[in-house]
Amino acid sequence: MARPKLAVWKFASCDGCQLSILDCEDELLAIADRIDIAYFPEASSRMAPGPYDLSLVEGSITTADDVARIKDIRDQSRTLVAIGACATAGGIQALRNTADVAEWTRLVYPRPEYIETLATSTAIADHVRVDLELHGCPVSKAQLVELVTAVLAGRRPQIPSAVQCVECKRHGTPCVMVSHGTPCLGPVTRAGCGNLCPSVGRGCYGCFGPVEGANTDALAAQFRRLGLPEAAQRALYGGVTCAAPAFAAARGRHD
Amino acid sequence: MEALPNTADAGMTRPRLIDDPRDLLRHFLGQGYRILAPQERDGVIDPAPLTEPEALPRGRVDDQGPGHYRLRDGDPDRWFDYVVGPSGWKAWLYPARRKLWSAERTDDRLTFRDATTAWPKTVLFGVRPCELAAIARQRRIFAEGPYVDTAFAERLERSIIVVVQCARSAPTCFCASMDTGPRAVAGYDLALTELPADHGAAFLVESASQAGDDVLHTLGGATARPRDHAAALDLSRAAAARQTRTMPDDIAGGLKLRLESPVWADIASRCLTCGNCTLACPTCFCSDVEEVSDLSGDHAERWQLWDSCFNSDFSFIHGGPVRSSPAARYRQWMTHKLSYWHDQFGSSGCVGCGRCITWCPVGIDLVAEADRLMAEGTD
Repeated sequence: MARPKLAVWKFASCDGCQLSILDCEDELLAIADRIDIAYFPEASSRMAPGPYDLSLVEGSITTADDVARIKDIRDQSRTLVAIGACATAGGIQALRNTADVAEWTRLVYPRPEYIETLATSTAIADHVRVDLELHGCPVSKAQLVELVTAVLAGRRPQIPSAVQCVECKRHGTPCVMVSHGTPCLGPVTRAGCGNLCPSVGRGCYGCFGPVEGANTDALAAQFRRLGLPEAAQRALYGGVTCAAPAFAAARGRHD
Repeated sequence: MEALPNTADAGMTRPRLIDDPRDLLRHFLGQGYRILAPQERDGVIDPAPLTEPEALPRGRVDDQGPGHYRLRDGDPDRWFDYVVGPSGWKAWLYPARRKLWSAERTDDRLTFRDATTAWPKTVLFGVRPCELAAIARQRRIFAEGPYVDTAFAERLERSIIVVVQCARSAPTCFCASMDTGPRAVAGYDLALTELPADHGAAFLVESASQAGDDVLHTLGGATARPRDHAAALDLSRAAAARQTRTMPDDIAGGLKLRLESPVWADIASRCLTCGNCTLACPTCFCSDVEEVSDLSGDHAERWQLWDSCFNSDFSFIHGGPVRSSPAARYRQWMTHKLSYWHDQFGSSGCVGCGRCITWCPVGIDLVAEADRLMAEGTD
C-alpha cells in the first residue's frame, strides 16, 4: 500500500507548531517510514505536488492571497487539519480584529504603503471546511502523534475535549484560584497542554481556547470577588485565542 | 448529629496513651510499611509517601471557605489541627490515571497483559472520619458489589488505616449532619485522638481490629483511663458543635420533588461546569476509558481516567449529550449524590467533608444550595 502523503502548510504564524512536528524526535523516524512527507518546506526542500492525503495547516488567514491559497489547499487535501491557536482561533495577531489596522500598520512599519493586509486575522475554519482542529500554542506533540497514528490506523483520533480543571485534578495540581487567589482561565479553557502553567503555580492563559459551554460570566464574578480589575480581566482574554468567539465576547464585556 | 457512642469497647485491646505520633510512624517504618500521610506541598496538605516522621505538618492550620483554601501557622504544638486537603485518599486508592491492560500483535496473534501494578503493604495515616466514611462507600461500590474492581480491593486489603479524629472543624465541614464524624467509631485499624494541651497526655490510641491490637501491644504506653475517653468525646462534641453548615434532614426525598425547581437554572448561571466538585469529592467514582495505540499499530493500551458528569462528553450518545444544559448536569450531580445514591447504594453519597464547597473555583456551596432548593416549593 502506498504511504499516505503528508503536506504541512504555513499561514500567518510563528512556525512554532511546525517545530512541534519536528520536535517529535522519538517518533519522527517512525512517522517518516510510514508517511510520505511530500510537502513540508520548513523541514525539506523537496516539494512534491498534490493531491495530499493529510494536510496540516498552521497559521491564520490575514491577506487576500491567503484566502485564495487556503481554498486551493483544501481542494488538494483529502483530510485537512488546522493546527495551533492561529489556525483555529486567529492567533495573537487577531488582536487587530478589534483595532484600527491602518493605524497599527502606520505605527509598526516605516513604509506602510508596502503592506497589503486584511482587517482581520481569522481561523482556517472561517474559510474552508476543516476536518479536525488541534488547539494550543504550540500544539501538543502528543496530539500530533495521536493524529498521525489515528490516520494510519484509520480510526478517529482521541483529542481531549474536557476542561483544563479536569487535567489539574488528574495531575493532583491544587487549584491556583482556590489555594492562592491567582486568576486562571482553566475553568473556561479546553485541556490539552499537559497542565503546563498550573503545575508551576501559574494561572491558565487559555492557549487551547474556550471549552464547549465556557461560562465566562460566572468566572468574571469570581474574578471580581478576587479583586481583579476590569482591565486585567480584559488582558487575560487578550492572548493567543483572543478571537475565539467565547473569549472575544468575554473580552468585549470588560471594555 | 447522632449521640456519640462510647468507644471504650470498640477495640479488642484496651486503648493506650502515647505522647508522640512519630512513635507510631517509626513503628510502621521499622516494620517495612509504606506510609502515606498528610504533608504540605504546593500550599495544601494532602496525603503523600512519608519517609521521615518529622515531615508531618505540625502546627499548620487550613482556613477553608467557599472557593477558598489557605494554610497558616496555628498552635505550634498541635499536630492535627488541619482538616482535609483537595485530593485526599481517593487519589491513592482510586488513581486518576491507571493503565488497565496492554496488548501486543505478533503475526496473527494478540497477547493481552494485565497492567495492574503491585500495591505495597501500606499505612494510610491520618485518615479523617469523613474520609473513612468515603473509603467505605467506595469500597461498597468497587469491592462489595456484583462487579469487583480487584485492584481497588487489593489496595484496601493491603492497607492499615490509622484514623485521626477531628478536634477542629473547618467552616466548610458538615460531617456531623451526615453522621460521618467528627468521630469515627468503627472501620479503622487504629484511631488517634489528639487530646487538649492541659489534659496531661497527648494522644488516645484506640484499636478496632486485630492489626490495630498488634500495634498497640508493641507500642506500649499507659492504658487509657475513663477521663481520657471523656476528654476525647468532649473534643468530638465540641468539634461537631462548631460546625456551621447542616445538610437538610429531608434532602434525599426533598430533591426528588424539586426536579423542575427554578433554583437549578440559577445555580447553572453561576456554575462553570468545570467538574472540580466531582473530582475533589471523595466518593465520586466516574471514569472514562481510553485506548491508545502506537504508530505501528502493533501495541495498544487501555487506560482508565477520572471523568466527571459535568463534562459535555460524559453523557454523549448517538445524536448528542443526554444532559446538554449546565442546569441538567448540576442537577444530575446533586440529585445523584444526595438522593439517588440512597436508592442505588443504601446511603448518601455525601460524607460532609466540604471539598466541593472549598474547591469550587467560584465558591458554589452545596449546603446553601440544598437549603435554597428545600426552601422553594415542590414541583
